Amino acid sequence: MASLNTSRNADRPDDMYQMLIDAHEGKTKAESDAFNARLILTLMNHIGDSAVIAEALAVAEG
Amino acid sequence: MTQQNKIFEVPLYPYARVADQDAATPARHQVVIVGAGPVGLGAAIDLAQQGVEVVVLDDNDKVSFGSRAVCYAKRPLEILDRLGCGIEMVEKGVEWNLGKVFFDQRQVYEFNLLPEDGHKFPAFINLQQYYFEEYLVHRAEALRASGAPIEMRGKNKVTRVTDAGDRVTIEIGTPEGAYTIEADWLIACDGAGSPIRQAMGLDFVGEVFQDNFLIADVVMDAEFPTERWFWFDPPFNRGQSALLHKQPDNVWRIDFQIGWDIDREKELKPENIDKRLRAMLGEDITYELEWSSIYTFQCRRMEQFHKGRVIFAGDAAHQVSPFGARGANSGLQDTDNLAWKLKLILDGVAPESLLDSYDQERIHGAKENILNSTRSTDFITPKSETSRIFRDAVLDLAENHDFARPFVNSGRLSVPCTYDGSPLNTPDALPGGPARSRPGSPAADLPLGEGFLLDRLGARGAPRFQILAIDADAPATFGAHGLDCEVIALSTTDNALLRDRYLGDAGSAIYLLRPDQHVAARWDTWDETAVAAALARAIGKEH
Repeated sequence: MASLNTSRNADRPDDMYQMLIDAHEGKTKAESDAFNARLILTLMNHIGDSAVIAEALAVAEG
Repeated sequence: MTQQNKIFEVPLYPYARVADQDAATPARHQVVIVGAGPVGLGAAIDLAQQGVEVVVLDDNDKVSFGSRAVCYAKRPLEILDRLGCGIEMVEKGVEWNLGKVFFDQRQVYEFNLLPEDGHKFPAFINLQQYYFEEYLVHRAEALRASGAPIEMRGKNKVTRVTDAGDRVTIEIGTPEGAYTIEADWLIACDGAGSPIRQAMGLDFVGEVFQDNFLIADVVMDAEFPTERWFWFDPPFNRGQSALLHKQPDNVWRIDFQIGWDIDREKELKPENIDKRLRAMLGEDITYELEWSSIYTFQCRRMEQFHKGRVIFAGDAAHQVSPFGARGANSGLQDTDNLAWKLKLILDGVAPESLLDSYDQERIHGAKENILNSTRSTDFITPKSETSRIFRDAVLDLAENHDFARPFVNSGRLSVPCTYDGSPLNTPDALPGGPARSRPGSPAADLPLGEGFLLDRLGARGAPRFQILAIDADAPATFGAHGLDCEVIALSTTDNALLRDRYLGDAGSAIYLLRPDQHVAARWDTWDETAVAAALARAIGKEH
């Protein structure tokens, strides 16, 4: 079974991070919240493995 | 009114004095059932067909008022067919396969139940509960007329139930005063509020959802197709949801979610319902309001489904929210599971401990239904701001992205329960056999000769176990542990569905089937010792 990749994996971390921040530019709090929700759902589907999602949720929990 | 008297306004089993009321000592019955709803009547018919003497008590004398449970799934229809009512349900009912989900003004998702070929019964029908109950009452009367030991007593209100260890004492109030009877077993099918459960002080634990739904049954000539339409946040019911579903006789079931803090009396005023209907369906509609009601929902169940000689079934034992059609549908699966076990216990063929498997198997079913129903309710009525944000995000994405559509949850519709992990199952011994027919699962239907396989399976008289010998050698009959099993020899030659549904990659198979058409065990070839052991296990004689 697949497991969550928690080693360094982002090909261009600074670009990725800026893409995320830029996407929220000019949005209200409500629009940003909705955007984040759509983004999380899209990425969840890409991952596709509920065991990996469970590990990611644990990481986010801190 | 379009008719002089609606079916639910006529007493179908009016009060009549019975000899028990004048008996010097309390009359003794084998089984007394409290509640003449779908579950109580289903239990009564199943038991009476198997020769068990049964009395049904109800404080009412009519069928259910209003449509109430309207969606019936394939498995309960198969059970009803075994009880002699399946065909008239389907002939009167409205068959449907397509569901559409709307968000605001846009259609975001559509599903098709895509019924599998080769089944006697459709995936789903819609039918008012009062018709369903009427068919059951007529079936019970027909059984009685043909000499079956079944009796219905209207306006008989149970006032006290006492479990005396070897019997149950039941005190009853009637228009002509009180009387007392006794029973070997009592089945409480007295609904979600079960007075018997409450009087016995048994817990009914779970979740209550803080929301109200207004149901309106509307008679109208409308052009809407025979589909299930569900709206999230529509313009005519902002921030809430709504459902439209067709029933026979041009009756449309409409549900409006209306929130928690409401004035019930005000909401139920016809002029206020009229405003909602016109906003939804158009200002110029012509309709007649047949029935309206406001309901809240709960997902909860009892810890155990029987205590001593008192057994609970249907809503009395477990309650779910209506999204998913898991109420009446699961209640019928309760009685399907219970009736043959009780018959074998009464006959002394099976130990009383067989009843523990009713709890185990049907609690497994109830958990599955409560899980699905709770998830649907959380999606339909999000409990927090964040939950609503995710719900709306799913609906937004679903309009243009197929990947998001499986997350849309407007109700996960009732599917048959497989009793995985039941102590009555013998471990699977059919290598390559299809998973759908593993031990614990209900037998899959398929065309056979002029009819269907399920026509030949299950308890229709005595609670028989049956053996399917598929492309396999087996004796013509088999008996063990006080039970005679019918052996049905079948060939997959010219029957590809039999191969798909029962053999899979195996070359041959022996199936042991319970009286409720569930698979108890399966092997690739006949082994008398193994079959006898599986039969003992399936009636609770070995663990």
